[in-house]
Amino acid sequence: MTSNYYFINFIRFTLLVLVQVLVFNRLNFFGFINPMPYILFLYWYPIKENRSVFIFIGFLLGLCIDFFSDTMALHAASTVTIAYLRPTIMRFVFGVNYEFQSFKLSNTTRVQQITFLTLLIIAHHVIFFALENFSFSNLLLILKKVIFTGIATLILCLLFGSLFSVKKE
Amino acid sequence: MQQIINFIIRYKITLLYLLLLFISLGFTIDSHSYHRSKYLNSANLISGSIYNASEGITHYFKLGEENKKLVEENRQLRNLLFNKGMDDTLELDTTAIDFIIRSAKVIKNSYASPNNYLTINKGTNHGIKQDMGVITAQGILGIVEHTSKKYASVQSILNMKSNINAKIKNTNYFGSLIWDGQRYDQVKLEDIPRLVPLLVGDTIVTGAMSSIFPENIPIGTIKKFNLNESKSFYSIDVELFNDMTNVKNAYIIYNKNRPEILQLEAEIANDE
Repeated sequence: MTSNYYFINFIRFTLLVLVQVLVFNRLNFFGFINPMPYILFLYWYPIKENRSVFIFIGFLLGLCIDFFSDTMALHAASTVTIAYLRPTIMRFVFGVNYEFQSFKLSNTTRVQQITFLTLLIIAHHVIFFALENFSFSNLLLILKKVIFTGIATLILCLLFGSLFSVKKE
Repeated sequence: MQQIINFIIRYKITLLYLLLLFISLGFTIDSHSYHRSKYLNSANLISGSIYNASEGITHYFKLGEENKKLVEENRQLRNLLFNKGMDDTLELDTTAIDFIIRSAKVIKNSYASPNNYLTINKGTNHGIKQDMGVITAQGILGIVEHTSKKYASVQSILNMKSNINAKIKNTNYFGSLIWDGQRYDQVKLEDIPRLVPLLVGDTIVTGAMSSIFPENIPIGTIKKFNLNESKSFYSIDVELFNDMTNVKNAYIIYNKNRPEILQLEAEIANDE
């Protein structure tokens, strides 16, 4: 059971990194939209796991993407931040329910799931594009990229989410 | 002591987060200097071979187009050859040549971020070193920044750190070519003095100041020009000849005289 769990997460990690760097990094929709559906890994990752391990895995995931896309450590900085912020966001979205032992992502309403995902994406993209441009003189450019890439990422994440939904008892 | 340990245990997650964040920020800020962090680039063995494998599949879809480009390039070269009044053979003394040209394939390209890099499938094993110029048949592409044994990453001209010496064709007025991060088909030429007569459509080529590129490699044409804030220099929008979204075959140029030039420049710097 547990080894199966690790195995699934490992496969997910590898596949999402490969799909991200081989497909979505070279999409360049309208010339600048490169959605980042690899965030789904942090969305799907089991809730009850050790937090420091989760943050470390988030860092590793970002670093893997950086490895391929020549973005220094921008992805790592953004993923480690959302990995750290995830419990706060969850408490905000799901309320106290989330503290219960029986809490499951699949038991929540669709709106809650989408809000949770959207907040993760917004936090990730704001950090990523702000660091990428590294100056506030391009504020408009940053905003434009955050909004459009964010929308594209959200749509793709929802599509992936419904494609590979975890149907467990 | 007890309290410090308690503090660390209580805030261990925040501390871990801050540590990892600072590591990644360290990598990022460090690489904003000219030479980027040595390990975080796509010219390493793992990402290089994955990109190479993916390129091996996708390049079949573009063969026809690539073929057309190569025929066009051959046509231009033949045109040059015959109109210079020579036969179809040229005598080349290999001991006297200044530039060594090598070919490579672009296996990874990006143009949507402010700092774009390409990856090519040749590395130190094929004689590629840092700071060699990379061009295509249409115009310049960038400068080699990092190399591994089999791959190299190239700083594209669509990179806000890129700064290349360029001039207006058939004159000796030169300026520096930079990118403002906005459009992937346009770069900016700065520092051309106000007294230079300019026309929209003039050709911009590489200048002789650089020891990386040979002189007169095409870059693009003037699309628009304005005086800058100080009213003494032009700020010129240059439309690139190269379609940066679609590059496949590239040539790497090595200037054999470059070490000598660099040594001379270093001596001057030492004397001062």
